[in-house]
Amino acid sequence: MQVRVANVRKEFDTFPALHDVSLEIRSGELIALLGPSGSGKTTLLRLIAGLEQPTAGRIFFGEEDASEKSIRERNVGFVFQHYALFRHMTVADNIGFGLKVRPAETRPASAEIRKRATDLLDLVQLSGLEKRYPAQLSGGQRQRVALARALAIEPKVLLLDEPFGALDAQVRRGLRRWLREIHDATGHTTVFVTHDQEEALELADRVVVMSQGSIEQVGSADEVYDTPNSPFVYGFIGDSSSLPVKVEDGQVWLAERPIGLSAPDLPPGPGTLFFRPHDIELLDGCSGCIAGTVAASRRVAGTRRVELEIGGQRERVEIELPVDHPAAQKSRVAFRPRKWKVFPQSDA
Amino acid sequence: MADPVVFAAEAAPSAGAGITESRPARWVLMAIAMVFLGVFLFLPLVLVFMEAFKRGIGFYISTLGERDTLSAIRLTLLVAAISVPLNLVFGVAMAWAIAKYEFKGKAFLTTLVDLPFSVSPVISGLVYVLLFGAQSVLGPWLKSHGIEILFAVPGIVLATIFVTFPFVARELIPLMQEQGTKDEEAAISLGASGWQTFWYVTLPNVKWGLLYGVLLCNARAMGEFGAVSVVSGHIRGQTNTMPLHVEILYNDYNASGAFAVASLLAGLALVTLALKTLLEMRYGAEIAATRGH
Repeated sequence: MQVRVANVRKEFDTFPALHDVSLEIRSGELIALLGPSGSGKTTLLRLIAGLEQPTAGRIFFGEEDASEKSIRERNVGFVFQHYALFRHMTVADNIGFGLKVRPAETRPASAEIRKRATDLLDLVQLSGLEKRYPAQLSGGQRQRVALARALAIEPKVLLLDEPFGALDAQVRRGLRRWLREIHDATGHTTVFVTHDQEEALELADRVVVMSQGSIEQVGSADEVYDTPNSPFVYGFIGDSSSLPVKVEDGQVWLAERPIGLSAPDLPPGPGTLFFRPHDIELLDGCSGCIAGTVAASRRVAGTRRVELEIGGQRERVEIELPVDHPAAQKSRVAFRPRKWKVFPQSDA
Repeated sequence: MADPVVFAAEAAPSAGAGITESRPARWVLMAIAMVFLGVFLFLPLVLVFMEAFKRGIGFYISTLGERDTLSAIRLTLLVAAISVPLNLVFGVAMAWAIAKYEFKGKAFLTTLVDLPFSVSPVISGLVYVLLFGAQSVLGPWLKSHGIEILFAVPGIVLATIFVTFPFVARELIPLMQEQGTKDEEAAISLGASGWQTFWYVTLPNVKWGLLYGVLLCNARAMGEFGAVSVVSGHIRGQTNTMPLHVEILYNDYNASGAFAVASLLAGLALVTLALKTLLEMRYGAEIAATRGH
């Protein structure tokens, strides 16, 4: 089921949580809403679900306008951050709940409901736990039950709010792969919210990067990582370093010196240079480069992070060097970013 | 000196190491609690039963079998049978509104629930006299339509409802607030109607709290004296509840009779306590589970 969010705005009292957000979610896609807390990602998810009503704008499920429909009528599977399992019901009763509350004419027989619950437990790899209560399950198991319960109603769209937020790192990684498998097996259009970029980049077909109630960029993991379209995305996804620069004569200038990066398409004026700490080339001489004094050096797993002080303004940037690289021992290092982007001042 | 962290880690396994009081101090504290409970709670309770049976079991039974006493018991049961279910419904509605919705005046409403606890029961009764009495605004109209509220059963029921309405709500509000609205949202997202959500999800989540509230509400509804005394008119055999009847018997110098009826009320209190404890013992694990994992 394709989902289209059209110019949706949401205010709580008078506080704007979302400004004019539009988004197309393709049928069968696994898409992540990624952003820091307060970026409006959960609000957007709840609006798609129908748990909140938009202040303005519309939400379409396929060709159908779902804006006026309640969450009951939208037939979405929603998995809550803290699972919200019914604690007085067994696992099987939790999963069967959505079928049990159907009106009599569409409700399956109770034997059929039991069978569906058992099948779904097999799908989420929890066979044999039908009779347990939620309190007797681990966090990861509860999350699986919550997903099975949402899948039981054969939803048009599956929505997950920080699905792995409350779990420890080990369990998270396992469940991530597992969610991908379930998605590929069932083919539901799936939207999940996360603040963990690793999770979003690894799991999702496309990532929606959000900040302060707006969508900054929508794209595949490669697109948002390799070609960020705003300073925010550059800073939020992956590591980045930035320097205040100036564009003149089709060149990038740092403190009155060109640094060997040509920018023929950029308008002249002040801007901010962004690059990835690992995506640089080290230079020996310095004619057209960025040079700085080593201020600090840290060993991070397989590489070494070096903090450089650049020029008179004492701007600090981070670059990454191989652990055994001789430059790490020097007091002065010259380099040039291999991949970079300058955002004109007004955007920054 | 050993490293303090290591020291603490070594001390931890021994049971009760966190308690700093010395053994005598603990004994004194326990003794004070025991003596206090004995003098103020246990002794009076024993005395009630001793006085009740002082003139023999035959007298006890004949006192309880008197027409006026039976009528008082019947009235008390009737009043409780009306006011407890009403306060059950009201308490659930009130707790639901306060715990699950955001609206203006919520804090005020929460405070208002406690009003019957903070106001003297006599005043609660007087309010109804002022409202429905012969000199009140409503009085003449009620009289001309032949509706009796004051000094009749409706007045007693109203006063009892007023005095006992916080019990259920007070028990449920913190419980429901703690549980939040996620379970209800989950139920609705799975297609449940409002009524199904309430019946299958909300109510089971609060059933033990609800039961406590009803037990306490019932105990108070049967035992209420002050407010009922003001509105009842003390007509023997007609508007006397058990607590009022105890007073009347006592004022008639029939101490044994008074204590016989009082022993029934005390017995009710004991049964309530026993039920509550029994429930906690029998369903302790389940009760703990419904108070959040």
